Amino acid sequence: MINFDNVTKVYPSQNRPALQHVNVGIEKGEFLFLVGPSGSGKSTFLRLILKEERPSQGHVHVAGKDLSRLSNWKVPHLRRRIGCVFQDFRLLPNKNVFENVAFALEVIGKPRRFIGKVVPEVIDLVGLEGKAHRMPDELSGGEQQRVAIARAFVNRPMILLADEPTGNIDPATSIGIMKVLDRINRTGTTVVMATHDAAIVDAFRKRVVELEDGRVVRDQSRGVYGQAY
Amino acid sequence: MRVQFVMQEIWIGLRRNLTMTISLVITVAIAMALFGTGLLLRQQVAASKDYWYDKIEVSIFLCAKTSSNANCQKQDVTDQQRSEIKAQLEKMPQVSNVQYENKQQAFARFKDRFAGSPGFVQSTREGDIPDSFRVKLKNPEEYKPVAQAMLGHPGVDTVINEQEILKKFFKILNGLQAAALGIALIQVIASVLLVGNTVRLSAFNRRRETGIMRLVGASNTYIQLPFILEGAIAGLIGGVFASVLLVLSKKLLIDRLAGTVQLVSQLGWFQVIMVIIVSICFGVLLCAASSFLTLRRYLKI
Repeated sequence: MINFDNVTKVYPSQNRPALQHVNVGIEKGEFLFLVGPSGSGKSTFLRLILKEERPSQGHVHVAGKDLSRLSNWKVPHLRRRIGCVFQDFRLLPNKNVFENVAFALEVIGKPRRFIGKVVPEVIDLVGLEGKAHRMPDELSGGEQQRVAIARAFVNRPMILLADEPTGNIDPATSIGIMKVLDRINRTGTTVVMATHDAAIVDAFRKRVVELEDGRVVRDQSRGVYGQAY
Repeated sequence: MRVQFVMQEIWIGLRRNLTMTISLVITVAIAMALFGTGLLLRQQVAASKDYWYDKIEVSIFLCAKTSSNANCQKQDVTDQQRSEIKAQLEKMPQVSNVQYENKQQAFARFKDRFAGSPGFVQSTREGDIPDSFRVKLKNPEEYKPVAQAMLGHPGVDTVINEQEILKKFFKILNGLQAAALGIALIQVIASVLLVGNTVRLSAFNRRRETGIMRLVGASNTYIQLPFILEGAIAGLIGGVFASVLLVLSKKLLIDRLAGTVQLVSQLGWFQVIMVIIVSICFGVLLCAASSFLTLRRYLKI
């Protein structure tokens, strides 16, 4: 589903590469934790999948397509098949829950009838039944993150990228968020989650890829956050 | 593409920086009104040139006893000189038509033309206006060789070219036209910069929305269209104001002037409407193009 083939990324303003010779393959339906300290290249890894950045060397393949050969006008179509969740939720403060989720479909031109059917389903799926008409500032952090997940998932992407989704949320609420991500993963969606949260990684026992200074230092199925050996 | 959604985005954008939008509309309106005025003046110049050049004559006044010209030696022109002049004029390739006008005819025409000011007519007697040849040229610009050939000729007093008089009039019109287009150009530059600023502000105001649109895979057109249309609509409103100004100036200025001054071949409504259409299209395209160019710098796709 996602393939990093000897990828190196150097940002123009920095000497030290953000990623160095990274080789990672992610299968369809997999759940992967991307761990490592700040500045280890986790965000760059996710941005490369979205083609927000292009690798300085090597190739990134998503769904069988080489992103370096993907022309710019096709990038939006790539992104429609990838959902994104962030630490800071990125909700629109002047729209309610329903409108925030519907926005993702409106801007890709989906018909109103379709939106009216699909959005409530997803709102239920993330556990926000009955809160469709709340505004973001009336919701707790955990609930806001659920809205963000609903928005990322409403178009049924093949891949869900989550950049520190529990970074702003207390541990008890984080478990709930993880359950939602797990539920999404069970529908066949590949989930890549960058995180600092050792407790969560240890509890879920999924594949773990650890980055350090832009290098993959560990790639372990059913791994834990810290060094297991 | 959902029209309603795009419209809603445009409305939000225009409303959020209302003051910028208003200043943009005013600038575009002034720019387009001046641009339109320039175009109208150009047509006026062309039309009056056509009209006047058809009527322009070179008058060759012949010697009379009263003439102060030393060439004439205080004598009337002789019949032989008269026929020589006529023959030579008719031979010249630039000349299309020669007409002789004697003192009586000239005085009659003078009385007729200045019938409105009787004092002026009364102080003039028959014979004050000498005999003349009234020469029509094929091309009014080519009067020089004719004038030169005639001036030294025995029996010729003076040569008067009516074009010289009209030239001043056209110079004024041309100057007005250049001024209008020059100021219009400055205003156009101002409006391009204002569109740029407005779109930049708008893009900054909506960076959350556009960021999310990018993430969920909205196409570039979908992201950019509201901004471009925002510029285009501001341009359109400015253009509409400009056309109101143009219509007013046609009604209050040109039509009123036409009553007092003999502004022959004045502009009809057809020309005004054509100019309005051109100005509005120009304004809309200008604004849309400058928002598009600004977006490429400030809205990463």
